[in-house]
Amino acid sequence: MANKLYDDGPTALAGLLFDGMTIASGGFGLCGIPETLIDEINRSGVRELTLISNNAGVDDFGLGILLKARQVRKMISSYVGENKEFERQFLSGELELEFTPQGTLAERIRAGGAGIPAFYTATGARTMVAEGKEERMFDGRPHIMETGLRADLAIVKAWKGDTHGNLVFRKSARNFNPMVATCGKVTVAEVEEIVPVGSFDPDQIHTPGIFVDRLILATHNEKRIEKRTVREETA
Amino acid sequence: MPWTREELAARAAAELKDGYYVNLGIGIPTLVANYIAPGVDVTLQSENGMLGLGPFPAADAVDADIINAGKQTITELDRTSYFSSSDSFAMIRGGHINLSVLGAMEVAENGDLANWMVPGRMVKGPGGAMDLVSGVRRIIVLMDHCAKDGSPKFRKACTLPLTGADVVDVLITDLAQFERPDRESPFHLVELAPGVTLEHLKSVTEAHFIVPENFK
Repeated sequence: MANKLYDDGPTALAGLLFDGMTIASGGFGLCGIPETLIDEINRSGVRELTLISNNAGVDDFGLGILLKARQVRKMISSYVGENKEFERQFLSGELELEFTPQGTLAERIRAGGAGIPAFYTATGARTMVAEGKEERMFDGRPHIMETGLRADLAIVKAWKGDTHGNLVFRKSARNFNPMVATCGKVTVAEVEEIVPVGSFDPDQIHTPGIFVDRLILATHNEKRIEKRTVREETA
Repeated sequence: MPWTREELAARAAAELKDGYYVNLGIGIPTLVANYIAPGVDVTLQSENGMLGLGPFPAADAVDADIINAGKQTITELDRTSYFSSSDSFAMIRGGHINLSVLGAMEVAENGDLANWMVPGRMVKGPGGAMDLVSGVRRIIVLMDHCAKDGSPKFRKACTLPLTGADVVDVLITDLAQFERPDRESPFHLVELAPGVTLEHLKSVTEAHFIVPENFK
């Protein structure tokens, strides 16, 4: 069988990175982001990236480290509120931003991965998001056409993966990862634990291995918490 | 006496019915969860991909993989399920969520809502708000009646870029509660906060609204 298991980040990304490429990344906020692969993309020095990701990380963590190193030309995101460097680069015109409502972003990625070039949605109709997009009425309501997204490279983070690339995510760290895994010309997954083929109950696999080309054991699993909120203990 | 933040949240909570699936926005709307009446069973949804949100965790039970859409750490319940963001927005856009409570910068008399950007200022992005207002069956907005400079926020037309056109069903401000029976109708005044007169309300409201004949 083809071997999908690679030794580490550098070998898994070998031959895949080039300036001006589009990379899609899973994750919501700092939850379920491919920390190891983002580090490696940072180290590679690849530039002029277009990033498809719901968020942009924070200044020193997640996709924020690629922004800080000026490796990013454009972001396609729904919310970028937690990143000062992002704000500076955007306001100075160094960085291009395509705001996509969160559900539309999820569906654009899903559609791209499923070979659907475009779809209509009521989300964003008659708002700024609709500018330049075709509007059509369905059931008496305005809808706008949104296009599917594909990426040169998709990077995802899963909890466990087997050597065939079957993936299982953990709790809300699943978020955008399953769709992102489908939208890459090449998809690289990093997992917290690699298990032998046959370990998973086939009914419980979240992302079937067909969507995953390369797999590594994640070596960066900080899993930083953006907003640590706890219950007040009553003594 | 205008209603407090907690009173706004409690008023919105009174709109939640037994068996509802509900998405609460960030800020005051999050407080709504604290005022759900006993005996009313509500399941909260979070757009990052979780249904059945529990309370904040104890300090020794924080799990980085369990967060809500505000990126806060939370807990699971017996009923909790996790799913992808695309399944999450199938719930939202497919009309499966009964009700959502959101904050606002402006609401217009025709139900338009603006709550995501102020031109010239740093824009953080719409997140899931545009999807929520276009797909959730009933939208409740909580906001201050006036901006910090005293200007009205319930307007004839929104001056800020829209989050959604004709999407607001219930508007609860610190001064009054308004509702409309359907999305073709104007807003009707439902209740004034204690000590707020109709004359005062009208003087700080730009939008047209109906005062029912039997209103007192």
